[in-house]
Amino acid sequence: MTAPSSDLALEIIELNKAFGGLKVTQGVSLSIRPGERRLIIGPNGAGKTTLFNQISGDMRPNSGRIRLFDEDVTTLAPYQRAHRGLSRTYQIITLFAGDTLEHNVTLGLLGLLPSRWQMWRPLSSYRHLAEDARRTLDSVGLLHLADHPVSELAYGEKRRLELAMAMAQKPRVLLLDEPLAGLSDNERGTVKSLIASIPKEVTVVMIEHDMDTALDLAETVTLLNYGRVIVDGERDTVIADERTREVYLGA
Amino acid sequence: MKWIASAVFAAVALWLPFFVGDFYINLASQIFIAAIFALSLNLLVGFGGMTSLGHASYLGVAAYVSALMTSRYGFGHGTAALISILGTVAMAAFFGVIALRATGLGFLMITLALSQVLWGLAYRMSDVTNGDNGITGLTRPAPFGISLDSAASFYWFALVVAIIAFVMMAIFVSSSFGSSLKGVRDQPRRMAALGFNPWMIRWITFVYAGFWGGVAGLLYVYYNKYIHPTSLSTTSSAEALLGVIAGGSGTLAGPAVGAAIVLLLKNYASAYVERWNMLLGVVFLFIVLVMPTGIVPGLQQLAARFRGRWS
Repeated sequence: MTAPSSDLALEIIELNKAFGGLKVTQGVSLSIRPGERRLIIGPNGAGKTTLFNQISGDMRPNSGRIRLFDEDVTTLAPYQRAHRGLSRTYQIITLFAGDTLEHNVTLGLLGLLPSRWQMWRPLSSYRHLAEDARRTLDSVGLLHLADHPVSELAYGEKRRLELAMAMAQKPRVLLLDEPLAGLSDNERGTVKSLIASIPKEVTVVMIEHDMDTALDLAETVTLLNYGRVIVDGERDTVIADERTREVYLGA
Repeated sequence: MKWIASAVFAAVALWLPFFVGDFYINLASQIFIAAIFALSLNLLVGFGGMTSLGHASYLGVAAYVSALMTSRYGFGHGTAALISILGTVAMAAFFGVIALRATGLGFLMITLALSQVLWGLAYRMSDVTNGDNGITGLTRPAPFGISLDSAASFYWFALVVAIIAFVMMAIFVSSSFGSSLKGVRDQPRRMAALGFNPWMIRWITFVYAGFWGGVAGLLYVYYNKYIHPTSLSTTSSAEALLGVIAGGSGTLAGPAVGAAIVLLLKNYASAYVERWNMLLGVVFLFIVLVMPTGIVPGLQQLAARFRGRWS
């Protein structure tokens, strides 16, 4: 057992994951402080999303530990991690297409409440949930669409809804998987300021390809390649590092 | 509009025995039973995304337990009903643990296999179940001293149970748990990430569906006063599934309508056509081609289109 290191929001220790012979995560260790803004970069296939899937519990690592606020969550199911303050968004949009925006965000709220087991009271009777959901939608500028089904949304709006669902849960640690992917310049600005406005007490770990935008949001950067941590540290140090240029920025 | 329709339906349903003969009353009773059964299956198929081909297990086991207890072991109907429902629920809880190790096709195959085991047992354990001869000479219960032996009294009994079942299941699917269930059907990974326990949600639904399947089984055995292994067969499961899909899975009225259609075809067509299964197949094919989402959603879309044209 590793000694408890109480001042970390998320700690990953010697994580390994392989699909058959393909090693997608190799001895990855990360230490992320509460309130930190961490950007994870790396070329396609570097194992960024796989790492996220292991942190959120969608995948089990072959070895290594994951600690969330000093609690070992390595063997916990995704929903148990959610109840310990972990939220995530998906690179591939994962929303409830037939339902309204309000319903989508309400589900996000419901997931952490005991009333999710309630079998006789209609969900629509929880007025405070609907109000909460609308407040969250307002904060991402989608309130005017609250009663529309998700299928009517434009791509950029769906990205914002992804963010809203995660934010509604008031997470302690938020994993954002390419929140800017596929957005126009205009929308990118919107989402960027949304991410920038996330309360400081929330720890944000973000995967992003768009370096120009993402670097502004990050305090620390981790560079992954072939499932390994290549460089890890303060933003400017990582950018200036020789290996970053080699791997990512294209030498 | 919905209220008027419900009121008209209630009025017609209540007074039906005063207008038509026993044949039609009995047919209507059978439709109620088939509707409860289809509605319970729809909790799995339509709202949970768990397509089961073994739902007859719950109908059949509840019916057999009640039949055996009242005819062979001399229990009263009240005790027999209670124990058969409890037994069915316990079985659903156990089967759920096995079947929910998988989703999709795997789930379907496990439910099919489990129901085949029960069907085989009902056939083979002839010293208990009387095998292929079935159990005959059963009686109907007399709740509060009211005899259910006449077609009309049984009809009202079945009607009351069917209405309770419908309302209870309607409440279930519109509750927050029902929303969780639909969420798990559509995006299980997302739901897990949001803090829901997909397995537990599916399992609870599985057990609840088993409960209503058991209720349908009790009515079934009361109505027929006879039980045979066919009630546990895959055909029995498949007919209910057919009704759910034809009527519109994931809707509340759809499975009831679908079950009624299957039953009517079975009763009427079998009088004229020997291969009524073929006719059922053709009708089903027609529904799937013309209204792929089922009759009830199909008609709703049609109605909406007409309304759009006139206004």
